[in-house]
Amino acid sequence: MSSPAHRPPLIKAQHLLAVSDLSVSEITGLLDLAATYAEVNRNADKRHAILSGSTQVNLFFENSTRTQSSFEIAGKRLGCDVMNMAVSTSSISKGETVLDTAITINAMQPDFLVVRHQSSGTVELLSQKVSCAVINAGDGQHEHPTQALLDALTICRHLKSLEGLTVAICGDVYHSRVARSNIALLSKMGVRVRVVGPTTLMPSGIAKFGVEHFTTMKDGLAGADVVMMLRLQVERMSGSFVPSAREYYHFYGLTEDKLKYAKPGALVMHPGPMNRGVEIDSAVADGAQSVIREQVEMGVAMRMAVLDALSRNMRSQA
Amino acid sequence: MKRAFLNAQLPDGRGGLLIDGDIILAVGKDVTAGNVAGAEVQDCAGLMILPGVIDMRVFTGEPGSEYRETLASASEAAAAGGVTTMITMPNTAPVIDDAAMVDFILRRARDTAKVRVAPMAAITLGARGEAMAELALMKEAGAVAVTDGVRSVGNAALLRRAMVYAHDHDILVVQHVEEPTLSGGVMNVGERASRLGLTGSYALAEVMLLERDIRLVEMTGCRYHAAQISCAESVEVMRRAKDRGLAVSCGVSINHLSLNESDVGAYRTFFKLSPSLRTEEDRLALVAGVAEGVIDVIVSGHDPQSEDTKRLPFAEAAFGAVGLETLLPVSLARYHNRDISLPDLVKALCEAPARLLGLAQGRLVKGAPADFVVLDPHLNWKVEPANLHSRSKNSPYEHTTLEGRATQTWVAGKQIYSYAH
Repeated sequence: MSSPAHRPPLIKAQHLLAVSDLSVSEITGLLDLAATYAEVNRNADKRHAILSGSTQVNLFFENSTRTQSSFEIAGKRLGCDVMNMAVSTSSISKGETVLDTAITINAMQPDFLVVRHQSSGTVELLSQKVSCAVINAGDGQHEHPTQALLDALTICRHLKSLEGLTVAICGDVYHSRVARSNIALLSKMGVRVRVVGPTTLMPSGIAKFGVEHFTTMKDGLAGADVVMMLRLQVERMSGSFVPSAREYYHFYGLTEDKLKYAKPGALVMHPGPMNRGVEIDSAVADGAQSVIREQVEMGVAMRMAVLDALSRNMRSQA
Repeated sequence: MKRAFLNAQLPDGRGGLLIDGDIILAVGKDVTAGNVAGAEVQDCAGLMILPGVIDMRVFTGEPGSEYRETLASASEAAAAGGVTTMITMPNTAPVIDDAAMVDFILRRARDTAKVRVAPMAAITLGARGEAMAELALMKEAGAVAVTDGVRSVGNAALLRRAMVYAHDHDILVVQHVEEPTLSGGVMNVGERASRLGLTGSYALAEVMLLERDIRLVEMTGCRYHAAQISCAESVEVMRRAKDRGLAVSCGVSINHLSLNESDVGAYRTFFKLSPSLRTEEDRLALVAGVAEGVIDVIVSGHDPQSEDTKRLPFAEAAFGAVGLETLLPVSLARYHNRDISLPDLVKALCEAPARLLGLAQGRLVKGAPADFVVLDPHLNWKVEPANLHSRSKNSPYEHTTLEGRATQTWVAGKQIYSYAH
């Protein structure tokens, strides 16, 4: 690792808002950098305080366990002072607008603002009003770029390169920002992306995303190198988008039998949190082909890489 | 064992029918006394042989209202009417809205019914129009299509999603076409209803929902069937949709081909139907619609109602009429008076339902199941409530003399009915 003073720029943008803003070489750069952090994170001494003195604010308008703690740990390992804004007890609940909250926080001179919000486009809106680096930790049904990056990192550790792979993204693509970010990133990196699920859970115009849509697991998983399951929220499986959890599980739940349609040894992924017995069977989630826990581990490494990369574009670093 | 039925009138000319066990072995003019060696022979001169009727709209009371009709009693009526397959509606108590209930109907039918039974299951839970039922699991269990039966799915967002979902699994969506927010009348709107002091039901409610549904079909690609249309304008809507190449089809009840609003007379509740009987112009347009193939299917709409639901003031009485036993005879009247040709009648009563529902029966062809009916097309008989096989006697044709009826009904090569003069 080069010293802080000699870290060359990795990405052009000031913020990380969407995968679609990143070029192939920027993605590759982030994957390489994150791979080195993954090694550091397995040491007893994980500190790598290149961002000592910086301030990171996590502003999560939607509940999150893994993403928020992942960003918090990533920031702390790089030496940031990390503050978690508890939105439910903040001024937002007193009627302050999202923008006013962000502007207020910005006035305290943070270096990073990590934002999750339930409405698509909110994070980009905030980024236009603040001077710090904004990281999208999930906005509505739009993007979740660090998830796609950590998924790519996880795949690369097992299958070397993304180029030429076939990845099947299964389930509720319609509501999934994870799916949108993954489709954007994987397609960019030369992966053949498939989406698998009932048409009720596919966004309209999905064919124009450059992916192939399958309505059966048998066809969709055939020969896939990676099977990426998506979470199906409870309120969407009671007669609205799909009839019931049991019907969904019957046709789309990833069981050992259905996994056999994929390539032998295909990786099984899930961004979490999982609904065992709905979209995935426990035997598969905890099975030999599952890399679900590794995804969580890579999450911290990738977020360190993102913080590192964005810090290189800050005025103080220029 | 082999059986031969010779010298009969078939849908497309004179000839014979040869069956072996439960399968049709040969049919047509080449099946003659000379080439059916070893078969038990029946001379059917003067008689007609048609495929057994597949009645695409049958309500029973099982489960929940067995006093009105069971699968067994309905099957007796079906057998006497030349109906060899009943497509049952999900509006029972409880509603047929999950795989276990579909399985229940199939098992009860297997154990108690004389004719074949293929259930339709509900589109929405409880047929309440609120949440999609387990369409694909019910299809796996044996449901041949999905419908909310007597109710329309009025919520466009829900129906759209159900259609998208049904399309994934190649499930036929069957709709009762009546815009729920424009319904409520008890007979066709107009002068007659007004003079009788009855609230009118708008044909427009049917046309509107049909037009909306066709837009949804266009959007989703789903296979769609309007269970019953009742007015001239709906025929034109269907014609346009078919001209555009959409996967749509529709049915009409035999009552709407034979009766009109004036038959309601002085508050006769057996003529209170859903949809309402319309004008004579509407009836004529429907008959022409069948003859031209715009209307695919003729159904009985068999809906057994008892004294407790029919012997009431008109406005308070239930909708519906029994019809399994009279469907074929009343249809024959349309053939006798040259409104509809025999092949077109067979198409609407047998072939189209089989095609839409993916059934092997419904045709007299080699290899098909031996489900057929032997008719005496000119036998005069009187519809007397006491002689009807259904547990309920609410027939609009009571005390009417009809020309032609089934004299033998065969299902899977077994004779299940024989008419005693």
